[in-house]
Amino acid sequence: MPDLLLELRSEEIPARMQRKAAGDLKKMLTDGLVEAGLTYEAAREYWTPRRLTLDIRGLTARSKDIHEDRKGPSTKAPEAAIQGFLRSAGLNSISEAHVHSDPKKGDFYVAHISKPGRSAEEIIAELVPAIVKSFPWPKSMRWGPASAKPGSLRWVRPLQSIVCTFGPETEEPVVVDFEVDGIRSGNVTYGHRFHAPDAIKVRRFEDYAAKLETAKVVIDAERRKEMISADARNLAFANGLDLVEDEGLLEEVSGLVEWPVVLMGTFEDAFLQIPAEVIRLTIRANQKCFVTRPQGSEDALSNHFILTSNIEAKDGGKEIAHGNGKVVRARLSDALYFWNTDQGDLPDLDTLKRSAEAFGLDLNKPLDQRMARLDHLGVTFHAKLGTQGQRVQRIRGLAREIAPLVGAEPKLADRAAVLAKADLQTEVVGEFPELQGAMGRKYALLQGESPSVAAAIEEHYKPQGPSDRVPADPVSVSVALADKLDTLVGFWTIDEKPTGSKDPYALRRAALGIVRIILSARGRLPLQTLFDAALRQLEEASVQRKLAAFEASQAAIDSGDVDGEQDVDNALAAYEAELRKETIDRAAPLKADLIAFFHDRLKVYLRELGARHDLIDAVITPEADDLLTITRRVEALGKFLDTEDGKNLLAGTKRAANILAAEEKKGTAVAAAVDPALFREEAEKALFASVNQAVSEAGQAIRNEDFSAAMRALSVLREPVDSFFEKVLVNDEDVAVRANRLALLARIRAATDQVADFSKIAG
Amino acid sequence: MPAHMHPSRSFQGLILTLHNYWAAHGCVILQPYDMEVGAGTFHPATTLRALGPKRWNAAYVQPSRRPKDGRYGENPNRLQHYYQYQVILKPNPSNLQELYLGSLKAIGIDPLVHDIRFVEDDWESPTLGAWGLGWECWCDGMEVSQFTYFQQVCGIECAPVAGELTYGLERLAMYVQGVDNVYDLNFNGLEGDDKVTYGDVFLQAEQEYSRHNFEHANTAMLLKHFEDAEAECKALLDAGAPAEGGNLTQHKMVFPAYDQCIKASHVFNLLDARGVISVTERQSYILRVRNLSKACGEAFLLTEAGGLAA
Repeated sequence: MPDLLLELRSEEIPARMQRKAAGDLKKMLTDGLVEAGLTYEAAREYWTPRRLTLDIRGLTARSKDIHEDRKGPSTKAPEAAIQGFLRSAGLNSISEAHVHSDPKKGDFYVAHISKPGRSAEEIIAELVPAIVKSFPWPKSMRWGPASAKPGSLRWVRPLQSIVCTFGPETEEPVVVDFEVDGIRSGNVTYGHRFHAPDAIKVRRFEDYAAKLETAKVVIDAERRKEMISADARNLAFANGLDLVEDEGLLEEVSGLVEWPVVLMGTFEDAFLQIPAEVIRLTIRANQKCFVTRPQGSEDALSNHFILTSNIEAKDGGKEIAHGNGKVVRARLSDALYFWNTDQGDLPDLDTLKRSAEAFGLDLNKPLDQRMARLDHLGVTFHAKLGTQGQRVQRIRGLAREIAPLVGAEPKLADRAAVLAKADLQTEVVGEFPELQGAMGRKYALLQGESPSVAAAIEEHYKPQGPSDRVPADPVSVSVALADKLDTLVGFWTIDEKPTGSKDPYALRRAALGIVRIILSARGRLPLQTLFDAALRQLEEASVQRKLAAFEASQAAIDSGDVDGEQDVDNALAAYEAELRKETIDRAAPLKADLIAFFHDRLKVYLRELGARHDLIDAVITPEADDLLTITRRVEALGKFLDTEDGKNLLAGTKRAANILAAEEKKGTAVAAAVDPALFREEAEKALFASVNQAVSEAGQAIRNEDFSAAMRALSVLREPVDSFFEKVLVNDEDVAVRANRLALLARIRAATDQVADFSKIAG
Repeated sequence: MPAHMHPSRSFQGLILTLHNYWAAHGCVILQPYDMEVGAGTFHPATTLRALGPKRWNAAYVQPSRRPKDGRYGENPNRLQHYYQYQVILKPNPSNLQELYLGSLKAIGIDPLVHDIRFVEDDWESPTLGAWGLGWECWCDGMEVSQFTYFQQVCGIECAPVAGELTYGLERLAMYVQGVDNVYDLNFNGLEGDDKVTYGDVFLQAEQEYSRHNFEHANTAMLLKHFEDAEAECKALLDAGAPAEGGNLTQHKMVFPAYDQCIKASHVFNLLDARGVISVTERQSYILRVRNLSKACGEAFLLTEAGGLAA
């Protein structure tokens, strides 16, 4: 069966778009072929900076003929109906239709439609131009003389040529002939821009790939990646170094070259005083080069870097390595300058005094100065949530409140919170935002902050995702919780909640972070307490902001008459009372909504850890705000239900609950309390005694937060429940006896309800 | 050409070599625009001529002023005044990449010794309401040129598209001369007493302009100049506009109006360097300049050079 080769050759495609574009091309073309009635055995896409290539094997040469009879309207039908039939059947006039007779319906038209199969070439010649014209590039452009007219072809960069050949292995393939906006398909491509600029005639994929390889083009990106990666490792190894692997960089670099040649460059040792991460990012972001470590070193870098060039240079790459070295040195000079500048004084320290006072900052220290400037500049966090300075004040107050709950020294938590965002004003973080926190920690240590404070500056951003490390140091925990709570509760107060797939402020991630911290923290952290604390900070700040605005507006109105000032005071007091009442009114529903949001996050998290969702549902109540207790209950319940006692008790309890529910529905009387005098059977008495004992023991165990003990206490119910159902008929003829027995069943439900809602448990 | 004029020895030799190359490829060789601009793109030979259907091929050096980039002559790479070499070809020829590579060969960069790369870089000028797709061109890891296919200028779709090449001349010269400090560039290619360096020509000016840009430029006056230039630009556009309902459809005063737009843009850059423009104000200033450039671009389409049939 024939194969198809397609190459779309263009000027340099951005590296980040190549992989997806090649995938899109494959999908669009194979989908189109299948839709047109063709089949294929295999398809594979390739790409380089200058081409997208598709190799489709075993394509059918023709689509099948299709015959179809389509029933039309009666021969007596109105003209409009007949016209509609002609259109839908694709007939020119009604004479092309046949007349069939039916004993009941009379004569009616039938169209004999037969679509002859089409040749694959014809289909391809139609499909490819359509795909090229509607290709989903993230950004596309027009070019050349054709762009003078509207509707000219758009491509990611100018499209230069199209190769499209088709034919079976045994024959000479043909060029599938078509044209897209002046570009005629053919069988000619070009090799490496500098090494092999001449035209190359190709037949099918095999010789195409081989000829390009000779022309210094490796068509397969995965192979280019392997070449770069292996050569880089070997080159590093030969120089006593280890390559610092970087998959993202490797992918990008492989999209920048058609013929990768790995070289090594150097920079002065003096630059190694810059933190390794900063060196790596500088060299990666600007130069797209890999860094290396001395063999055996854990994190210290060497002064050798590895670059990937696109040519086999005449001089063996000496000039290239030299040139790249120069640029790397210039970049590292900048980085060193940033790193040093961040450790020095800011200009105009006088202007920062007020901010310094507000945060208790020491303007002799560089990081303190940066925090003062962050506040001084009034950088906005969110229009409705104030400035970064105001946010830090809130986080600070919150961290101080949380500190005693997690065993942290409040003073340290306060200091860490004050400095947590200071590095946003450093030059290095300005250049590399991904180093926020990490740089703050380094600068904090350099100015002699306690290790806990320094660590908290970095760790307060953690955990960033489901697999990121959860901070353990109590100071880090305080600030990490404060930071996330302020974000979450803050956006809730301005009604910016995540909806569906939209979560622009990453609030789900913040909530998951809080969940994970709470579950691993040492102390008890009920959500209500945390929300109240966060709300106090937020609302106080908002009340103060509104009062200040109100006062300013009143002062403007105050025309200066004698009692003007008094009027303003009165108005202000009234306004403040109103604001505070609003705040209180809003708090309860807001917190309830937040708790529900946290329950969802907890469910997702526990389910991912393998917990059964029905057990989580059985344990969670709308008010449950202690995530640790919920989790422990789920665990204890799971273990209990795995035991024989647990399974039987569940069955017994469910039976009790079902009977009770059915009777309650019928309106059967259930006694308010169990009356031992009405017992007739031993089994009743035994069950009653057991239930009482279980209620009391389980209750005690729950007060001690020993959920396993609570489960054990309930498990003694199993035997009496079983024998009760075996020996006792609940529906006794005596109404009083029956009501009493139902009350006993209610007692069982009450006993188990202390631990979980058993009715929600499956099985 | 005498040996001392070779681009590897002489800054002016580099410029002359590029002039020769692009002149040989049919470009009109223009002189720098006689106003302060932030980049070669602001020259009306690019901004305005990129609009409309007419063919236009030009090359020129444009001194470019970036007041904020002043470093009092102390940084070996950063200047508040530097030269851009600008080439504009409308419509872009289909072999523009090859033409560009040819120009690198002309100044002595052999693509089989040096690693030349086209790395994604989409260009945008918010003040000019302009954008395009293209690359930064790397030579051994260093960005030596910007290569852009203009898609829009003055908020108007380019039809046809023009190709723009911008060479950072100092950077390129430092590379071909093998010099690490811009002020050490050999300007005239001579040696000994006859040698003139880039520093001889520009160091003092860099120091003085840095003082001016950061410390002494009169901000009250500049704020007024901005307002004046903005008002004058609009007034000139109004005065030159075809009368409503009249027979004439031609605009008669685009270039003088556009000068005022350039002036406003430079004054804004100075104010920005002086640090008197807040983050929120910044956006609105940029928008005001863009409105001027947009109005100029629309007016240009109503002129003969803009393609209006006479």
